[in-house]
Amino acid sequence: MSLLTRKHKRRGAFLAVILIALSAATFLMLRAFSENLLFYFLPSQVKEGKAPARHDFRMGGLVLQGSVKKDGLTVHFTVTDLHDSVPVVYTGILPDLFHEGRGVIVEGRMSGPDLFKADQVLAKHDAKYQPPEMTPEMKKYMQAH
Amino acid sequence: MVAETGHFALILALLVAAVQAVVPLVGAQRNDAALMAVAKPAALLQFLLAAAAFFALMYCYVTSDFSVLNVAQNRYSDKPLFYKITGVWGDHEGSMLLWELILTGYAAAVALSGGKLPRGLRTRALAVQSMVSFGFLLFILLTSNPFLRLDPAPLNGQGLNPLLEDPGLAFHPPILYLGYVGFSMAFSFAIAALIEGKVDAAWAHWIRPWSLGAWCFLTLGITGGSWWAYYTLGWGGWWYWDPTENASFMPWLAGTALLHALTVVEKRGTMKAWTVLLAIITFSLSLLGTFLVRSGVLTSVHSFATDPQRGIYILALLGVVIGSSLALFGLRAPSLKSGALFAPVSREGGLLFGNVFLSAALGTVFLGTLYPLFADALGLGKVSVGPPFFNATFVPIIIPACIAMPIGALLAWKRGSLKIALKRLMPAFFIAAALAGGIALMMAGHGRFIAAAAAAALAAWILAGMLAGVAQQIHLFDAPFKTSLQRLFKLPRAFHGMTVAHIGMACVILGIAGSALGRTQSIQIMHTGESVQVSGFSLTLKKVRDDIKGPGYTFSRGTFDVTSGGRPVAVMQPEKRHFAVPPEDTTHAAIRTTLLGDLYVVLDGRDEKGGYITRIYYDPFVVWIFLGGGMFAAGGLLALTDRRHRIAAPERKAS
Repeated sequence: MSLLTRKHKRRGAFLAVILIALSAATFLMLRAFSENLLFYFLPSQVKEGKAPARHDFRMGGLVLQGSVKKDGLTVHFTVTDLHDSVPVVYTGILPDLFHEGRGVIVEGRMSGPDLFKADQVLAKHDAKYQPPEMTPEMKKYMQAH
Repeated sequence: MVAETGHFALILALLVAAVQAVVPLVGAQRNDAALMAVAKPAALLQFLLAAAAFFALMYCYVTSDFSVLNVAQNRYSDKPLFYKITGVWGDHEGSMLLWELILTGYAAAVALSGGKLPRGLRTRALAVQSMVSFGFLLFILLTSNPFLRLDPAPLNGQGLNPLLEDPGLAFHPPILYLGYVGFSMAFSFAIAALIEGKVDAAWAHWIRPWSLGAWCFLTLGITGGSWWAYYTLGWGGWWYWDPTENASFMPWLAGTALLHALTVVEKRGTMKAWTVLLAIITFSLSLLGTFLVRSGVLTSVHSFATDPQRGIYILALLGVVIGSSLALFGLRAPSLKSGALFAPVSREGGLLFGNVFLSAALGTVFLGTLYPLFADALGLGKVSVGPPFFNATFVPIIIPACIAMPIGALLAWKRGSLKIALKRLMPAFFIAAALAGGIALMMAGHGRFIAAAAAAALAAWILAGMLAGVAQQIHLFDAPFKTSLQRLFKLPRAFHGMTVAHIGMACVILGIAGSALGRTQSIQIMHTGESVQVSGFSLTLKKVRDDIKGPGYTFSRGTFDVTSGGRPVAVMQPEKRHFAVPPEDTTHAAIRTTLLGDLYVVLDGRDEKGGYITRIYYDPFVVWIFLGGGMFAAGGLLALTDRRHRIAAPERKAS
C-alpha cells in the first residue's frame, strides 16, 4: 500500500514538473507573441489608415522607378502598390537585391502623416521574389522595368 | 535520349516501390518467407533506378542540354564544371530527385546491413520506407518532373542564383538531406514496430545508429548553412530564425529528443510510447520542412518556385503520412506498456527532463514558424513573427535543460542520488560562479554585463560538469592516476561521444553570447587613405579597384591594412561582385577569424562623391558556434563507432 502511494507521489511530482514547464512556456510564448507580431500592409492600406499608428509594422510593394535618392547613408525612396504610394526614409545599407522596380518589404513605423521611417529594408535573396498580395498590374510593372 | 532514360527509370522505380510497399508487408503478416524475401532485391533495385535517373539528369546538366526545361531554367553554359554538377540540386526538381535518391539509398543500406536485424522488423521497415518513397516518386513525376523537354531549345540557360554559387553551399543540400531523410529510417522502424506491436530494447538498439547518423548529418547541414549565411550574406549574422532555417531546426530538436529517449528505451525499457511518437514527429517535421521550403508559401533563398500544385501535393502527402501514423499510434500505444518503475531522480528522469524542455522549445519554434501561415489562411491578416519572439521564448526554455545537463549525466540509472551528483559538481559550480563574478566585476556598467556573466557561467558549468562526469567514470583522485588513465581509454566510445557533444553545447553558448552581446559595428563612408577604429583594430582603406574581370562576373575589390596597437595584423580585401546573368550583385566580406573573435569587413559600393560605403564588425567568439556545431557532429560520429552498434542486440523476448 505504501509502495503504491509513493509511486503515486512520484507520478504527481512528475506531472507537476511537466505542468510547470508547459505553463511557463505558454506564458513566455503568449507574452512574446503579443509584443512581436508584425502586421503587413500595402501602401494603399496604409493610406486608408489601417496601419497601427504607434506600433511597428511591415509594408510591402514595389520600389517606384526613379524614386531612389541617396544622401550618404540615408536613402529616400517610395514604395508603391500602383494605387497609392508611401515615401520611405532609411539610414543604413541597402541589401544587394534592392533595385528600382523590384519588390521590397520595409519594417518600421509612420513618422508624420506621409513618411515611413524604416529600421529594416528586406529585399529577399531571390530575384523571382515577390511580396505577398502582388496584384497582376504590379507583376506587369515589374516585368516592364 | 538520356533524359528519356532517366524519366523511364523514375517510372520503373515507382512500380518497384509499389511492389516493395505491399508484397513484403503481406508476407510478414502471413509469415510467408518467399513474399518477405522480395523486400531486399526490391530495395536494391529501387535504389539503382533512382541513381540512374539522378545521373541521367547530371549528364544533361554537364552536357548543357538546354532542350531539357529544367536545365535551361537553371544552367548557364559558361559556368565551371563543378557548378554544372552541383547545379543539379540547385533547384526544386533536382533537389527532389536527390531527396528520393537518398531515401532509397537508406533503404538499400538497411537491406544490406548485417543479418542480425530481426527479419520481420527489417521487412516491415523496408515496406514502410517504400510507401514514403512511392509518395515522393509520384510527387516528382506529377508535379516536378526534371526531364520535361523544351521545344525549341534555347541557345543558353537562365542561370542559377549567383548567391548559391559557392563551394560550401554546393554540399549543403546533400548533407542536409542525408539528415532530413535519414530520419525516415527511424520513422519506418517505428511504424514497423507499431505494426508488430513490439517496442523493446532490441528495437531501440537497431533504430539508434540510423537516428544517430541522420542527426549527425542534420547537425552538419544546419551548422554549414549557418556558416554559409555568416560569410556570404554580408551581414555577419549566423541565424535569422528564418522559416527555412526553422524548417531544419525543428526536426533537429525532435531528433535530439529522440536520441535521448532511445537511450531510456534501450537501457530501462520505459518511455516506449513517447519514443515511438518522437520518431514519427521527427520525420513528420522533416516532411513539413520540405513542404515549407518547397511549396512556395515561404520566400527566401531556398524557395525556387511558387507552384501551388506542389504545395498542395506535399500537404496532402504530409496529411496522409502524419494522419495514418498517428492513427496507428493511437491504436497501438496503449499496448506499449512499460513494466519498469520510473524514479524521477535517476538518469532516465534526467533524460525525461531534457525531453520535456526540448519539446517545449520545439513547440515555440513550431508556433512562431507556422502562426503566420495559419493567420493568413484564417483571414487574421498578414503577420510575421520576428527573431525577438524566438529569442524571448526559445532561450529561457532551453536554459533549464542546459543547467540540468551535467546533473542528469551524473545520476545513476534506476535510482540516482541528487546529493552525490551535486557533490561531484561542486568544483564545476565554483568555477562557474567565480567566472561569472569575475566577468561581472570586469564589465560592470557595460550594457549587458549580467547576461554576459550568466552565459559564461552556463558554458563553464556545462564544460566543467561534463568533465566531472568523466572524472567520476575513471575514479580520478580515488584511484592511482595510472589506473584512471587506463580506465579513460577503456570507456565506451558512446560515452566519449556524449561528452564531446555536450561540451559542444558549452562552445555554442559561448559563441552565441559573444556575438549577440559583444558585437561592435561601424558603418561609414570612407575615402582612400582614411582609417577607422573598431574594437582595438585600426583599419585603413588603402585602395579600391573597380571593374576587375572574374569568371562570369566583374567585381570591385577594396584593400584594407589592419593594425592593432601599431603592429600590422592583416591585409583584408572585401569584394562586391556584379553578375550579368541573372543580373545580381553579391557581397563578399573579408573575414579574419580567430578563437577570440572575428573581424568582418564589407565593401558596399560607392556614393556619389567618390567615397566608399564600408561596414566593419567585430564579433567576439563567434567561431565557437560553428566549432560547437562541429563537436555535436563529431560526438555523434564517435558514438556511432561504438562497439555495441556492431555486436548483437539484447535478445528479443518471445512475446
